[in-house]
Amino acid sequence: MNKGDMIAHRNAFGQALLDIADAYPQMLVFDADVCASTQTLGFKKAHPDRFYEMGIAEANMIGAAAGMALCGYTPWVSTFAVFLAKRALDQIRICVAHANLPVKLNASYGGLPTGRAGATHSSVEDIAVMRAMPNMTVLTPADAVETIAMTDLAMRIPGPVYLRTVRCEVPVIFDRSWRPVAGQAAQLADGDDVAICSEGMMTPNALAATEKLARLGIRARLLHYGTIKPFDTDAAIKASRECGAILTVENHSVIGGLGGAVCEALAEHAPCLVKRVGFPDVFMESGDDNEIFARFGMDADGIVKQVQDLLARKRLRN
Amino acid sequence: MPCSVLSVSELEARAKAVRRLVLKTTHHARMGHTGGSLSEADILTALFFRVMKNRDTEAERVDRDRFILSKGHSTPGYYSTLALRGYFPLETLDTFDALGSILQGHPDMHKTPGVDMSSGSLGQGLSVGIGIQLAAARTPAMGDCHTFVLMGDGEIQEGQVWEAALYAGARKVRGLVGIVDYNGVQLASNTIEAVNLEPIADKWRAFGFTVLDTDGHDMGSLVETLEKARELSAGGPVVVIARTVKGKGVSFMEGKHEWHGKAPNDKEFALAMEEIGA
Repeated sequence: MNKGDMIAHRNAFGQALLDIADAYPQMLVFDADVCASTQTLGFKKAHPDRFYEMGIAEANMIGAAAGMALCGYTPWVSTFAVFLAKRALDQIRICVAHANLPVKLNASYGGLPTGRAGATHSSVEDIAVMRAMPNMTVLTPADAVETIAMTDLAMRIPGPVYLRTVRCEVPVIFDRSWRPVAGQAAQLADGDDVAICSEGMMTPNALAATEKLARLGIRARLLHYGTIKPFDTDAAIKASRECGAILTVENHSVIGGLGGAVCEALAEHAPCLVKRVGFPDVFMESGDDNEIFARFGMDADGIVKQVQDLLARKRLRN
Repeated sequence: MPCSVLSVSELEARAKAVRRLVLKTTHHARMGHTGGSLSEADILTALFFRVMKNRDTEAERVDRDRFILSKGHSTPGYYSTLALRGYFPLETLDTFDALGSILQGHPDMHKTPGVDMSSGSLGQGLSVGIGIQLAAARTPAMGDCHTFVLMGDGEIQEGQVWEAALYAGARKVRGLVGIVDYNGVQLASNTIEAVNLEPIADKWRAFGFTVLDTDGHDMGSLVETLEKARELSAGGPVVVIARTVKGKGVSFMEGKHEWHGKAPNDKEFALAMEEIGA
C-alpha cells in the first residue's frame, strides 16, 4: 500500500492478523457473528483452529476470551465498537481491565462510519469510556499502515488494549516503514501559529487541512494522537506553549474523548485557547458519512475554517 | 501442599471450621456477606479439600482444576476455605476488607493466593470457565484441568449466564462444571418473590447441560455429586443444583435475606458460634 491509497482500517486489521499469525502462536481470534464486517474472516479461513465464533453474545465472548487469557493465550475480541464499549462494558471492566489480562479488543466501526446504519451503531462515546478504564491502552490508528503496525504493537503491550478501527476507506498517509510508539503523539506537520490535535481517521483530514492552511500562510502544527491512553501530555503542553491555540479533531463526541484529554492536560499544566471539533452531544442519524462529517466541520475544509475562527479569537485575546 | 483424601466426617469438621472462620471474619470486619458464605461453606469444603485436583498451595500448577466464585460477594466463605486449606495464614482473615489487605471485598486474583480469577460483578464466571476449558482443550500441559464455577441462585437472573449456558451447551464445552448455590434467598427477598427460577433443572437441561441435584449441606452426597459432575463433564457441561440454606448453621440467620450482606454484632456472634459448636 502506498500513500494516497484508499483503504479501510478493517481491511488492514484483517490483513494484519494474517501477517502476524505465525509470529504470535498464542494469538487467537474471537468474533460475534460479524467476521465478514470486521474482516476477521480471512483469519477464520486461514486458521480455523484459532478462530472462535461466539454468536451474537458479546458479554459471553469477553468472559471466554478472558478465560483464554488466564491460560496464556492472547485473544483478539472483534466486533463493532458500539457493542464492545457499551454492551460488554461491565465484562471488559471486570474480566479484562480489573483482571489486567492481555485481551485485545478490535473495536471495529468506531465513531460515525457504519454504512448508514444510524444512531444505534455509531460509537461516539467509546473513547471516553475506555479512557477512564484503569489498565486500558487506547489506540486510534490514522490509516491502514498504522492499523497494521498497531495490531502488532497491541500484541506487544502486556495488558488490555482497545484498538479503534473504522469501516470506511481512508487515505494512507504513512510510509510503510512507520512504527508508532505507544503513548507518543506523532508530529506530522510543523508550525507554531496553531496546533491541531487529531486522532484516528480524522488525522488524514487534518493533514490535508494543514496543507490548505499552509497555502493561506498559516503554519499549523499537527499532532496525531494514535494513542489516546496513555496520553502524551508533554506534546500537548509543548503545543500550548509554542502555538497558543489548539484545535482538537476527533471521530467521537466532543465530550470525554481526545478533546477532553487535551483540555484536562492543559487546564492543569498550560492553559490556552482550545476548540474541540467532533460530534456534538446528540445522537447521530443515517446519512452519507462525508456529508455528516462536513456538517460538523470535520472534513479538511471544515477544519481549515475552524482553525481560522480559532486564530481570530487568538488575535482578539492578544 | 497437595491435599490428602479426606473422609466425609473429616470434611464435615473442615466445613464447621470454615463456618466458624466466616463468623469470626465478618464479625471482626463488621461487614461481609455472612448468609451466602454459610450457604456455600460445604460446597467450598468439598471442592477445595477433596474434589478439585492438582491444587498445590505452594505452586500454581498449570494442570490444576480451576475455581471461580462467580457469586463474588460471599468472600468470607471463600477466604476462610482458602486459609484453612493453607493458601495463606488464618490470621490474615482478620484483615478482610481493610485497606491494603490481600483479602478484598471481592476476589482479586492479583492479591489473593489461590484465587484463579477476579470476580464481583454477577453473571460473568461461567463465561470465564468456558474460556479456561476452551484453552484446556488446546493446551496439552493443562492436562485434565476442570473448571468449577459457583453461582448464586439470584445471580442466574443475569442474562450473561444464559449466553454462556447457550454456548457451553451448543459447543459441548468439556470439563466445565457449574454449581448453583440454590438457597432461595437473594439480597432483598426470597428468589421466588424476585424472579422465580423454576423449573431450574429443566432450564439448564434445555441449554444442553447434564443436571445433577444434591443437598448442598449433606457432605457425603455433595462429594459424590461433585465427583460425578467432574467425571461426566468429559462429555459436555454439567451443572450441579446444590439445595442449600442461606445462613446455614445459625438458626436466626437461616433463610433470612436480611443476613445476605450483614455481619453479626457481639451478641449475635456469641450466639452463632455457640450454635455452630466447637
